[in-house]
Amino acid sequence: MIRIENLQKRFGDFPALHDINLHIEPGEFIALLGPSGSGKTTLLRIIAGLEFQDSGQVFFQGEDVSERSVAERGVGFVFQHYALFKHMTVAQNVAFGLTVKRGRQRPPKAAIRDRAEELLRLVQLPGLGDRYPAQLSGGQRQRVALARALAIEPQLLLLDEPFGALDAKVRKDLRRWLVDLHRKMGLTSVFVTHDQDEALEMADRVVVMDHGMIEQVGTPEQVYMNPASPFVADFVGETNKLTMGGKQLHVRPHDIEIVADGGHPVRVETVFRRGGAWRVEGLIEGAEGAAGRLVEIDLDASRPAPTPGETILIAPRHARAF
Amino acid sequence: MNATLAVRLRARRTSRRTTSEGPVARALLIGGAMIFLGFFLMLPLVAVFSEALRHGFNAFAAAITTPDAWSAIKLTLLIAAISVPLNMVFGVAAAWAITKFSFRGKSLLLTLIDLPLSVSPVVSGLIFVLLFGANGMFGPWLMAHGVKIIFAVPGIILATVFITFPFVARELIPVMMEQGRADEEAGISLGASGWQTFWHVTLPNIRWGLLYGVLLCNARAMGEFGAVSVVSGHIRGETNTMPLHVEILYNEYDFVGAFAVASLLAGLALVTLVAKTVLEWRFDLHGGGRH
Repeated sequence: MIRIENLQKRFGDFPALHDINLHIEPGEFIALLGPSGSGKTTLLRIIAGLEFQDSGQVFFQGEDVSERSVAERGVGFVFQHYALFKHMTVAQNVAFGLTVKRGRQRPPKAAIRDRAEELLRLVQLPGLGDRYPAQLSGGQRQRVALARALAIEPQLLLLDEPFGALDAKVRKDLRRWLVDLHRKMGLTSVFVTHDQDEALEMADRVVVMDHGMIEQVGTPEQVYMNPASPFVADFVGETNKLTMGGKQLHVRPHDIEIVADGGHPVRVETVFRRGGAWRVEGLIEGAEGAAGRLVEIDLDASRPAPTPGETILIAPRHARAF
Repeated sequence: MNATLAVRLRARRTSRRTTSEGPVARALLIGGAMIFLGFFLMLPLVAVFSEALRHGFNAFAAAITTPDAWSAIKLTLLIAAISVPLNMVFGVAAAWAITKFSFRGKSLLLTLIDLPLSVSPVVSGLIFVLLFGANGMFGPWLMAHGVKIIFAVPGIILATVFITFPFVARELIPVMMEQGRADEEAGISLGASGWQTFWHVTLPNIRWGLLYGVLLCNARAMGEFGAVSVVSGHIRGETNTMPLHVEILYNEYDFVGAFAVASLLAGLALVTLVAKTVLEWRFDLHGGGRH
């Protein structure tokens, strides 16, 4: 569906993207995940045609679209703060992509109105067509923006931090709903996020980015279980850095167990309950220059919790070295 | 919601603090401001109208319908009718360029837009005399081709356009800066042409700011004295605008005539003020303003 080859982009002296190569299959839901300044939004905007690369190519279905404008690419773009036209009603917003069509291509008025209403039903906002964006909640505005982008029947849907401006509860509901919609409509979608939970929960594949480069592309499972670099291990999910046998190891909190002997001594600082586990925070004692470093450990809540002040011996069940 | 509440709470707290200044201080401050305003603003305004109507309404009407006065009024309207639309287009274009693109020389353009405000109007007028006057840079060439700019209507239009250039752009730049590019990008991404995007997306977003800028631009275009005085040549019935006509009549001791024409200009100022207040109110209402 989409192929990106050797993409480079600079903003003045700042290298925004460096040698990006990426394939996206039809029907996939892709997350571009990374901290701010990692180049994820720039990549999304280049795929859309809102920004242009310095070198490299973008292909849609085998066709080189590198020089084409956003309108010619026919993508649906949902902006971070929705960018709804505030002087237009919700229905007019949704219908905008149809009303600006020229000449023969523009459907008759009644057809446009019906289509807008149909799209509003699709995003579960039936009957709200006569309201103005200011009269809607954040989650509703988000769905109007989505309906507006879908009106031009795009093959590819691009979303820039789609849930960034929403509160936690609404965000959770919308995530599920958006994945369902994506599947139901047979879209190919790419969304940008800095929230690893969002990326892992929603995406078929996650593209982890840092400093303008792709660190890893993989399923949520792969990215979480087999991080390709220290950055990915650190950024996706929680991780402890332990030095053992002269090697730097990355260990997930739930991959640490308490052992009877032969482990690392850790002095327990705080213990609290987190879902079905005890979250233990402790400081490494003694050995190998790692002393004083904080470790986070998840222990099965069915066993008694260690008490603060106590020293426990820990060993990794599963660890990665880079 | 929370932000508004916080602002309101803070406002209440401040107002409590202000009242703690004590009633005497408050009365003195308000009274002082009122007396100052009355003396320097209200009194002259009242004087203009009372002088204009000193010999009754008929004398007033006669003064503003003399052929010279009438020609000055028509010329002023003509000048405004040409320079305001021009500067509306220039102002929108300049604001658009500055806020939606990044390019070399942007800050220079920003400074240039403010130039007419920082230069004395007399100097602005002189620039055009030096360029297009009989002894100016292009003067001989223009004369040879029978084109008259200085001491003629084209010169007055040039000077007025120069003087009133900043008003629309300066109103629009902060408004458009705040709005960013996302709305336009959304329009374009939905298949709208550049022109459709401007017409359906940008213009509605900036309409109140634009109207406000046009209003200020118009007030200045009709009221400009210095620059126009230098280039006009004060030919009665031909190159006299209303402000110039007021001066001429006053110098000839025709006080009723001078104040009658002046009262029309003052009336324009009052209408502008009312319209400005209404616009500011709408601005706030739509949250599009920065006031």
